[in-house]
Amino acid sequence: MDVILSVWRQTGPNTEGGFVRYEANNIPDHASFLEMLDIVNEDLNDRDEEPIAFDHDCREGICGMCGVMINGQAHGPQLGTATCQLHMRKFKDGDTIRIEPWRADGFPVIRDLAVDRSAFDRIVEAGGFITVPTGSAPDANLIPVPKPAAEASMDAAACIGCGACVAACPNSAAQLFTSAKVAHLNLLPQGQAERYTRVVAMVDEMEQWFGACSNHGECEIACPKSISIDFIALMNRDYIRAKFRQGRLAGQR
Amino acid sequence: MAHTDVGKRASVKTRRKRPFIIEFYSSDVGKKWAMALSGVLLLGYLLAHLLGNLKVFLGPENVDLYAEALRDLGGELVPRQSILWLMRGGLLLAYSIHVHAALSLWWRNRKARGSVGYQTRSTYLAATYASRFMAYTGATVFLFILFHLSDLTFGGANPDFVYGDVYANIVATFERVPVVILYIVAILALGMHVWHGTWSLFQSIGVNNAKFNKWRNKLAYGVTAFIVVGNISIPLAVQFGILKL
Repeated sequence: MDVILSVWRQTGPNTEGGFVRYEANNIPDHASFLEMLDIVNEDLNDRDEEPIAFDHDCREGICGMCGVMINGQAHGPQLGTATCQLHMRKFKDGDTIRIEPWRADGFPVIRDLAVDRSAFDRIVEAGGFITVPTGSAPDANLIPVPKPAAEASMDAAACIGCGACVAACPNSAAQLFTSAKVAHLNLLPQGQAERYTRVVAMVDEMEQWFGACSNHGECEIACPKSISIDFIALMNRDYIRAKFRQGRLAGQR
Repeated sequence: MAHTDVGKRASVKTRRKRPFIIEFYSSDVGKKWAMALSGVLLLGYLLAHLLGNLKVFLGPENVDLYAEALRDLGGELVPRQSILWLMRGGLLLAYSIHVHAALSLWWRNRKARGSVGYQTRSTYLAATYASRFMAYTGATVFLFILFHLSDLTFGGANPDFVYGDVYANIVATFERVPVVILYIVAILALGMHVWHGTWSLFQSIGVNNAKFNKWRNKLAYGVTAFIVVGNISIPLAVQFGILKL
C-alpha cells in the first residue's frame, strides 16, 4: 500500500521545526507503524538524507519507549495499543498520515519525533518505590495479598510510562501516569508504610512539570494499557488524607 | 582522623512552615479539592434558590412571604437581615475561592501545554463540550450573575423594580423578550457547567467506588435537568401569560 506521511522534523531541542512530506510506497499492510517508518528511513538513508528520529525499543507493547501523535490521536486510531503494535492495515491505501511528537512543556522535543520524558523518571524517583533492605529474594507468598488488591494493583502496574496520557491531555497533566505509579504500591501491603509520604512526594514532583486534571478523561482513552481514571480519584483521596492526617499517630511523616 | 560529615549536626535554618491549609491549597490537587467543595456549596445554593423561587407558581403572596421570611431569618433573636447577609457572605467567599482556584489552574494548564501545539485539529474522544468549555460557561455565568443581581436584587436593570415586591418584579423583568433570551442562554451555560462539575467533583475529592460510580453520572443528569428546566420555566411562564399581574 502507498501512504503519504507528513512528519514533524526538527534537528535539535532549540531549533525550529516543521512538517515534511514523504511518500511511503510499497508498504506491506502487515507492517507495524514503526516498521513502516523503518522502510521510509532506509529509503532516506539510500538517498543520503537524515532518517526520521523516533523512540522505540521492545516493539511488543511493553517497554513504553515508542509513541507518537498519529492524525491527532496518541498511538494512533486503534485504542488500547502502543504505536509499535499498530499495523498499517488500520490505514487505507492513499491515506495522508500526520505524525507529530508528544507536545507538552514537560516533554521537550529532542529531535524529530523523540521527546525527553525524564520528568516521568523524576516523579518515580520521588516515591515510586518501597524502602526495603535488599538481599536474597523474599519467600514467595510470605506476605498475604488480598486477591482484589492484587488485581487492582496489577491494573495500575500495567502502566508502561509512554507518556500518551500527557500527550492526549488538553492540560498536559500527568495525573494518570502518577496515579498509576502511586496506586500500584499504595494498594499493596508492602506499600503501606510509605503510603502517605509517597503520594505527597510524587504529586508535588508531578506538579513541578505538568498541568492539573480537569477530568476530561482523554488520558484513559489514549492509554495503550487502558488504565482507568479511577486511579486518579484514589491518588487525590490519598493526597488529601495525607495532608489532613495526624502524622505522628498514624506512624507517618 | 579526618573530619567527616557523618554525625555532624546540621545547622539547618528552621523556616517557619506556612499554615497547612495554605500549603495544601498551593498544590493543584488542593485547588481542585477547594473547587469541588466550594462547588458543592454553590450547587446547594442553586438548588435552594430555585426551590424557593418556584414558589412564584403558588401565587404572589406566597413568593413575597418567602422573600420576607429570608430577610426575617432568626426572628427577634438577631438584627433583621443579619442571617441573610451572613449567608450572602459565605456564598461570596465560596464563589471567590471557586473563581480563584479556577483562574490559577487555567493559567497553569495553559503554561503546561507548552508553546508549540498540535497541528492536527485535536480529535477528542472522551472530553465533552461541557468539560472543554468549563472556563467559558463559568465566565458566562459570572457575567449573568452581575446582571441578575442588578435586575432582581438591587433593581438597577429593571425600570419597574419595587423593593420587596418579588412577584411583580419577576413578571416585569420577564415581559421583556431580550431579558428572557439572555436568561435562557445563561441557564443553558450554567447547566453545562453544573453537569460536568457534579460528575467531576467526585473525582477531585477522590470519592470513587465501583458500587456507586454509575450514580455519579445519573446524579449529574438529574441535578442539571432540575436546574435547567426549573429556571427556564419561570421566564417562559411569564412570556406565555401563565404568570401575570
